[in-house]
Amino acid sequence: MSASATPSQRDASPPSRRSWGALALALPALVLLVVVIGYPLATIVLRSFAEPQWGLQNYGWFFSTPINLIVLQRTFAISAWVTVVCVICAYPFAYAMTAVGPKLGLLLTLCVLIPFWVSGVVRTLSWVILLQDSGVINSMLRSVGLDGVRLIRTQTGVVIGMAQVLLPFMVLPLYSVMKGIDLRLVQAARSLGAGPIRAFFTVYLPLSLPGIYAGAIIVFILALGFYITPALLGGPRSTMLSTLVQNQVLSLLQWGRGGAMGVVLLVATFVLLALAGPLMRQKHKQGTR
Amino acid sequence: MAMHPLTRVLLGLACILVGLWLVAPTLVVVPMSFNENKSLAFPPQGFSWQWYQNFVTNPEWSTSFLNSLKVATVVAVLATVIGTLAAFGLDRMRARSAGLLRMLLLTPMVVPGVVLAIGIYAVYLDARLVGTMTGFVLAHTILALPFVLIAVQASLEVFDKRLETAAASLGAGRIATFRTVTLPLIAPGILSGLLFAFVTSFDEVIVSLFITSPYMKTLPVQIFTSITRDADPTVAAVGTILLCATTILIGGGLLLLGRDRRSSL
Repeated sequence: MSASATPSQRDASPPSRRSWGALALALPALVLLVVVIGYPLATIVLRSFAEPQWGLQNYGWFFSTPINLIVLQRTFAISAWVTVVCVICAYPFAYAMTAVGPKLGLLLTLCVLIPFWVSGVVRTLSWVILLQDSGVINSMLRSVGLDGVRLIRTQTGVVIGMAQVLLPFMVLPLYSVMKGIDLRLVQAARSLGAGPIRAFFTVYLPLSLPGIYAGAIIVFILALGFYITPALLGGPRSTMLSTLVQNQVLSLLQWGRGGAMGVVLLVATFVLLALAGPLMRQKHKQGTR
Repeated sequence: MAMHPLTRVLLGLACILVGLWLVAPTLVVVPMSFNENKSLAFPPQGFSWQWYQNFVTNPEWSTSFLNSLKVATVVAVLATVIGTLAAFGLDRMRARSAGLLRMLLLTPMVVPGVVLAIGIYAVYLDARLVGTMTGFVLAHTILALPFVLIAVQASLEVFDKRLETAAASLGAGRIATFRTVTLPLIAPGILSGLLFAFVTSFDEVIVSLFITSPYMKTLPVQIFTSITRDADPTVAAVGTILLCATTILIGGGLLLLGRDRRSSL
């Protein structure tokens, strides 16, 4: 431990002792991680192979039951839609955050941060109130002559609610990348004869891609595992994988099957993260160069 | 970069729409909470305080609120201590091992909630921790830890280590240096970690839904079950109270941040 050591002392202490001291500081966190995250996840993986008998039967069941495959596909589709909606909505917003003065900028930042802080269940509750058949949006639609539009218990409703919850995760990485873009590059393109649209698509957009990648990956991964919003806003035709997992474990007590589903979700998440990691780092270097 | 006036108008319009979409929907709970009828249908009828009264007097609501408050307080303290220690540890490690450990410690943020929930539920069933205070505190602490780690690491990154050297060269011991130099300078990071940890625990619902019992419920669990069970406007009253509390918290946080910025200039 060298919390107050001078540089000379620091150099004098052998590196191995230094790192043992540092490891000791991180030890409580690591122990907690192993006990409350590592052990439970290992239990689930184990049960997915071991219950009711050893073997791959739970995975065989998962990939041979049509409803599971439909839900798996739907989970990816809904997550993709949510990601697309988030990119489209977040892009102009994040750009404006970099372009306006400090006062307006603070206001826009607050708009992004407030949802972060408001309880997730409460936000979903407000979407229930807004989207229900007797809700705000439907009464507005009715007043302009559109009757009987169903929003709650549909995929559209789920996408609207989820995208709102996840939008800040898209805006923040986009903003941090856009803030670093040298606008003189755009000016240079303009002075070389590019129109505003061409300058945007050939210079600004490529430079902002690392932000889009980072945000899209975070949003997509978080969307895959969403539980509360689909459970409250969705219906039987918009069930996502998380709900199936919960159903297998809590209602049917099928730990093996539920575990297998969970492992599928977990593997999908980590594969995406692993694929995105190098991509994001490489692009980021280009973007900041 | 000079913007075309039309682009400017369109951009402004897009921002207003997105900003409204982010903030406005949540505000709908406020009028609903004063509804006279036991319904969540819009528009609300009449005016009454009965749902706020119900929140205070109905033990189902008030106990779950107190439970959440207790759990979140303990979690905030625990996660802050453990997370700050870990941040110091990572700060003193070689870059490669620090990066690896950091990634490990941040995994609770990306593991799908339900997968974690069934895992913890399975372990808690064996360890008889379902529906216990200890169970909630343990699960929430690990979920809050990444936020503390990120906040404290960020403030350690900008912290000038030469100040510690200066204090040591002026004769301050390790503990004195830590107490009088290091701690005050990274205090804003620790405080925002504390706040984040509190909110994370206070809001956590997925794992809580699995490890709850009829005798030990937290507020988000109570809200969730109430929404799925019936249209009780008490949830709207609770939502309004939480909304006000968060606004005050954010306001306080911003003030702290402003003070921090000024003092570091």
